[in-house]
Amino acid sequence: MTSAANTSGANTSVVLPASVDSMLELLTSRGYLAERSLATVTYLSLRMGRPLFLEGEAGVGKTEIAKVLSAALGRKLIRLQCYEGLDVSSAVYEWNSAAQMIAIRMAEAAGDTDRDQLSSDIFADRYMIKRPLLQALEPDVAGPPVLLIDELDRADEAFEAYLLEILSDFQVTIPEFGTVKAPHPPIVIITSNRTREIHDALKRRCLYHWVDYPDADRELAIVKSRVPGISAKLSQQVVRFVQALRNQDFYKSPGVAETIDWATALSELDARSLTPQVVGDTLGALLKYQDDITRMQGDTLQKVLKDATSE
Amino acid sequence: MAINHLAPEQTEQFADNIVGFARALRSAGMPVGPGAVIDAMSALEVIDIGHRADVFTTLEAIFVKRHEHALIFKQAFNLFFRASEEWKHMLDSVPLPEQAKKKPQAGSRRVQEAMSQPRMTETPQHQEQDLRLSFSDKEILQKKDFAQMSAAEITEALRAVERMRLPQAELLTRRHRPDARGLRLDLRRTLRASLRTGGDIIDIHRLGRIEKPAPIVALLDISGSMSEYTRLFLHFLHAIGDARKRVSVFLFGTRLTNVTRALRQRDPDEALASCSASVEDWAGGTRISASLHNFNKLWARRVLSQGAIVLLISDGLEREADSKLAFEMDRLHRSCRRLIWLNPLLRFGGFEAKAQGIKMMLPHVDEFRPVHNLSSIQELITTLSRPLPPHHRSLIRSAA
Repeated sequence: MTSAANTSGANTSVVLPASVDSMLELLTSRGYLAERSLATVTYLSLRMGRPLFLEGEAGVGKTEIAKVLSAALGRKLIRLQCYEGLDVSSAVYEWNSAAQMIAIRMAEAAGDTDRDQLSSDIFADRYMIKRPLLQALEPDVAGPPVLLIDELDRADEAFEAYLLEILSDFQVTIPEFGTVKAPHPPIVIITSNRTREIHDALKRRCLYHWVDYPDADRELAIVKSRVPGISAKLSQQVVRFVQALRNQDFYKSPGVAETIDWATALSELDARSLTPQVVGDTLGALLKYQDDITRMQGDTLQKVLKDATSE
Repeated sequence: MAINHLAPEQTEQFADNIVGFARALRSAGMPVGPGAVIDAMSALEVIDIGHRADVFTTLEAIFVKRHEHALIFKQAFNLFFRASEEWKHMLDSVPLPEQAKKKPQAGSRRVQEAMSQPRMTETPQHQEQDLRLSFSDKEILQKKDFAQMSAAEITEALRAVERMRLPQAELLTRRHRPDARGLRLDLRRTLRASLRTGGDIIDIHRLGRIEKPAPIVALLDISGSMSEYTRLFLHFLHAIGDARKRVSVFLFGTRLTNVTRALRQRDPDEALASCSASVEDWAGGTRISASLHNFNKLWARRVLSQGAIVLLISDGLEREADSKLAFEMDRLHRSCRRLIWLNPLLRFGGFEAKAQGIKMMLPHVDEFRPVHNLSSIQELITTLSRPLPPHHRSLIRSAA
């Protein structure tokens, strides 16, 4: 298999990493502290020109990796946020009907009567509004862009089926226009929170990776790098507290994004260390369900807090 | 550490090993196609195969497409790339998923039944009599409680259930399709049509919203007290799952099992067999509260997110009924479009919600229906095919 992503002749883009280690370095240099396994699949997806399918709980950094990758490689980031009812006209392309109509009127006024000419004129590139997927197939001076298809589980099955052609051949067929094929496939990152199972046919075309919560050490490093002003003591307590929460039987466990939010909130409040008062006031940054917050009050809170703050 | 299976200079052996590994995964029940094997080989060419963890991640990214398979993959990987030739014996110790076990042949029961039918030797008059008899039989069958049926009657009922098709209870989606009476203007088609007349707009084309059936999620109680009904309900769920794609089925007794994939096989016998093979707690006790908790935590967000209708099929006889049960029922109710509780106990005329569990659950359902004979299943189908209110809150709830 050729790695087409590697062959772009652009000189502004950063050279693609040549090993898992350099991939890891590249991500770290942009403040993304990835597990080695995540760096491995990302590296593979670049080398093999395959879409990368990331699944995992909300807030573990699935979307972030696309952003970091585009920044680190100097590529354009094209983001397609999925929702139910997402269709071709908002994901791929749409004709600018108003402009087309004006063109027809102009042709009439000029006495132009050649219908074939007219139809090839108004279904031309300049009357086409390009949406994210089509944009991602176009050549870019900086090299193939990073295409982020975010929260694919929110789109419906019909759209998922439509993606199959794009993801395997990197081309789109437009009836009035012909087939648009990417000269170099974009770097595709697909994320899903598993609110719905994605069909196997789509996953088969991708490299699949489950993004897990980081372990305590990595999470501590993440907090330190993302919340610079935080004291060593507080950051340690924050991470211990959050890790302990993930062992509780909550409806929604806090993700890394919540940890960072919470640490930022605490550092904004000038907290020196965790106290029942300050935790109680800021728990909403971590837990997003009232039931979970209720469960955390009283003894459970005391116990988790004691474990987190003991030396 | 070096993995001697993957010595790069021995290309043939290298390929053999990947193929062998893929085969091992397949026999462990993972869907691994030949395309994945080719992918794996090209992927291993670009990484450092001396690095065991990287090889692991690489192969995992290619062979594992569902998070549930990650454990099987891990065990298989460790076994395969540790010992050389003995992996086959060692694989026996891996807990295989049920698809891997040998299935009974599909339809064997139906074939058996067909073979054991007595030959037709009666005279025409006899047949006529039989016909009349069977007609009234049918009426009785409609009303007869599943729990009191003879084996032959159950067979008959199963056939009736298999014939049932759920009409489409429609949900408006946000997608559009050409529709002459639609509300939105289809400018693209209008323009294309106008070109045929040289730019004059003669026909206005319109778009209407696409309707599609609401997903159904069934939670079926398979505890001992429900055992007479379970098979029939499974048949019913298989039959409606055949007609519409979005039916998810979970079985629960003391634990919760997702049998959606197992039930999706075309043949009802095969589907039921693989379904029962994947469940460990047939006809045991019930832990409704714990099962609902698991469902809410692990599955609710995944299967209820698109306005699903939930069918909870249970007699509600729960020993450990406490406030947790009410809590979980409430959560379930709040996360679905409509919660319908089907309870075979309702067949008794003077049924009263006396059991503690039933009292806990009742305030949280939109509808409470009997389901113990064919006509009640037929009524259920009628209910499900009614158009859905946008977000239905129950009458029972406000009355309670």
